[in-house]
Amino acid sequence: MSTLLPAIEFRVNGASQLIHVSPMKRLLDVLREDLQLTGTKEGCGEGECGSCSVRMDGELVNSCMVPVVQAQGACIETVEGLACDAELHPLQKAFLDFGGAQCGICTPGMLMAATQLLAQNPHPSLAEIREGLAGNLCRCTGFIRIFDSVIEAMAANTNHATRQGGDAR
Amino acid sequence: MGRARYVDDIEREGMWHGATVRSNIPRGLVRSIEFDPRINWGEFAVVTAADIPGKNHIQLIFSDQPCLADGSVNHCEEAIVLLAHPSRQRVREALDAVHIEYEPLPTVFTIEESERGDVIVWGTDNVLKSFLLEKGEVDQAWDKAVHVVEGEYRTGAQEHLYIENNGMIAEYSQSEGVTVWGSLQCPYYVHKSLVAVFGLPEDKVRVIQTETGGAFGGKEDFPSILASHAALLAMKSGRPVKMVYDRLEDLAATPKRHPSRIRHRTAVDAAGKLLAMDIEIATDGGAYSTLSSTVLSRATLHSPGPYVCPNVRVRSRAFATNTVPYGAFRGFGAPQAIFAVERHMDEIAAAIAMDPVELRRINFLRDGDTTATEQVMREPVILDKLLDRALEESDYYAKKARFARENSASAIKRGMGIAAFFHGSGFTGSGERYLNSLAGVDVTSEGKARVLVSSTEFGQGTNTVLTQIAAEALGLETTDLVMAPPDTRIVPNSGPTVASRTAMVVGRLIQRASTQLVDTLRDAAELSEVFTRDEFFAACERYRALHGEVVSLCRYEPPPNIFWDDQKYRGEAYPAYAWSVHVAQVAVDTVTYSAEVEEFWAVQEVGRVLNPVLAGGQVEGGVAQGIGYALYEKVLWQNGRMANNQMTNYIMPTAEDVPPIHVYFEEIPFDHGGFGAKGVGELPHDGPAPAILNAIMNATGVGFYSIPLMPEDMLAKLAASHAIEESVSV
Repeated sequence: MSTLLPAIEFRVNGASQLIHVSPMKRLLDVLREDLQLTGTKEGCGEGECGSCSVRMDGELVNSCMVPVVQAQGACIETVEGLACDAELHPLQKAFLDFGGAQCGICTPGMLMAATQLLAQNPHPSLAEIREGLAGNLCRCTGFIRIFDSVIEAMAANTNHATRQGGDAR
Repeated sequence: MGRARYVDDIEREGMWHGATVRSNIPRGLVRSIEFDPRINWGEFAVVTAADIPGKNHIQLIFSDQPCLADGSVNHCEEAIVLLAHPSRQRVREALDAVHIEYEPLPTVFTIEESERGDVIVWGTDNVLKSFLLEKGEVDQAWDKAVHVVEGEYRTGAQEHLYIENNGMIAEYSQSEGVTVWGSLQCPYYVHKSLVAVFGLPEDKVRVIQTETGGAFGGKEDFPSILASHAALLAMKSGRPVKMVYDRLEDLAATPKRHPSRIRHRTAVDAAGKLLAMDIEIATDGGAYSTLSSTVLSRATLHSPGPYVCPNVRVRSRAFATNTVPYGAFRGFGAPQAIFAVERHMDEIAAAIAMDPVELRRINFLRDGDTTATEQVMREPVILDKLLDRALEESDYYAKKARFARENSASAIKRGMGIAAFFHGSGFTGSGERYLNSLAGVDVTSEGKARVLVSSTEFGQGTNTVLTQIAAEALGLETTDLVMAPPDTRIVPNSGPTVASRTAMVVGRLIQRASTQLVDTLRDAAELSEVFTRDEFFAACERYRALHGEVVSLCRYEPPPNIFWDDQKYRGEAYPAYAWSVHVAQVAVDTVTYSAEVEEFWAVQEVGRVLNPVLAGGQVEGGVAQGIGYALYEKVLWQNGRMANNQMTNYIMPTAEDVPPIHVYFEEIPFDHGGFGAKGVGELPHDGPAPAILNAIMNATGVGFYSIPLMPEDMLAKLAASHAIEESVSV
């Protein structure tokens, strides 16, 4: 029966995927059920909590609100793509060290929102961090340590860039 | 990484999906249940109350709540029929094909309706539980009073809004019995209910906690219901069955914080000293008793606040209504009680023209004083120090004076508000004795030291803190320690993960068990006085060769001089108290009538701080929830049903709403807690609501007595009072 369904092709974390599913199936469910990428979480199913945030062609989207047909040909990044081999992404490391994650259920979405924020604005102010993460709800932390974590990761990125600059010279 | 496995991330071979047919009326008799013949029901597993092999009730305190409604319903969303099918989508679609006919019965929805007793919906008088706490002679005090101040305070329902909804997977077989995996706080609560529902021996029921995406009390009692439902479907279908609620169902059908109405009548002398406190508490418990009695008990014990008063009377009652039963939520009755008493302190201060800070200070409990239950304060009480620190860090007086000057010329009115409070750590009264918790450590043959507890991690740091305590007591690194799986087949019953008891009570058990293990290894396996990591594990292997399993368990022992009289409701209500002072700075926009918390200070003494990052995170998270409780989070009721059961219109504070929160700890190690710890988890939720509403009174000159305080509430009163033009300066 699945062959009767349209083929949808896109890239997830750099790997190309070809699947046959209902075009209206939510991207969230395709990631979780068809590709076993369960790092992306469902919190509300209506685009309010941001737990299902992924990056699609460089934009942050709530994957519960995206019919998979809209992802045709897109490049999707999920939390599974953040760590490089065994090495944590600077944001992941900062969330661990600074108490940015408690129960962890909002963390994948929060990390994707923070990744998006730093990709667009490598040196956000605190107000910009607050705005950038406003679509992602965390019920545990009160957000303060999430802000601290993003600031730390931002500094780590800067140091990293500076070091690389030094090497290049 | 995204590799942590929450219940909805887990698949079992051949797994089906379950769904729940729920009552759509608040109270009535079930006349018929019909299954639409257009559906092939042969593909489904269908469960009703008739399929329950054991007792049709959820085991908690009074066991009045059925697992599945049998002939009558007492609240909207009560579960009546369970369905399971291989397809998650198909089972959800089938819900509409089950038609239930009811004969409606009269309902009560509010404390007042329940109290009136025209319609009895529970027992003989709608009263789920009542308490009377008495100290001194309250009625003799009124004549001697210079001032008598009265007030009535109300708090609304609050939704936990953990980001992971409730979920459970169950399997059933004749040989193994019932196994469940789920998002839960208290594995042995679930175990006890499953044993009753299935009529199975204890060793035929196994409960395993999966990664749990937030709980806050919301996964204390409800998982017993969901586990029973999933397991009944597993038995009926012969398949593993997953039940994961979506947000709509979780919000509509699971417990919330008890709404309350609390009345204070207080006598004070000319200097502002408290002479008598007469307090009447009423909570809305919902349709079944669940945890209402213990929530009411904690509310009762926290209602006089952290003050010394010679004459206290608290009369409290929990009323039944036809709503989803209210349940545990961080603070467990204390936030309601502390909102009332701390708002009332500012009302007293206003009535007698006294500085609300000084009114509190002259009445604070101090070393050697007795509480309303005649508990003597044997441990040091440093409220003065906490208060001084809070005033200094927040620059309270200077800001208050500046705002008073600036407010008259501005549409934004700013104010400062304060709240002082304690939170009892651990179970109330004799609770810890009854729990009789068992916990410990073992060393596996693979050379891993493990912490053995049924205490669960759901974001608050249980695993980190308990492994840290074990490592410190064993003389190892935290990397040498792991948590044994939260599985009732493996870990002993260390009690539920509630009541700010884990670090203090269970932590102490782990500390004792670890010390005991080291002593045993010294006595029986030649471990030297000073040892390295390798020497420790070598000694464990010597012990194993000689005596078998390397395991050390300890059972709860109450601290000395702790005695509670359940009958007289008197004695040591809690083994220890955590203490705190909160200061809120708010801005009220008199154009939009919105109130914003601009900055927040939380100063507390919680014993020894075992892990500053985790403890700070607990305080910040609790304050944020408390801000939501005060200003944002409103459950709208329509005919006994939550009307705004969506994140779109039940609003919690976001990253843009939470102010800077400044957290300060003063440390006084508590001898009977894990390495000196007392409880911290619930304390921070107690203070924000009164501190914020006190700040709003300071800003606008108008007192508000009910939370959540929404802009429309402020509009009604501020516009009517014309108080804005005459903003106060105290």
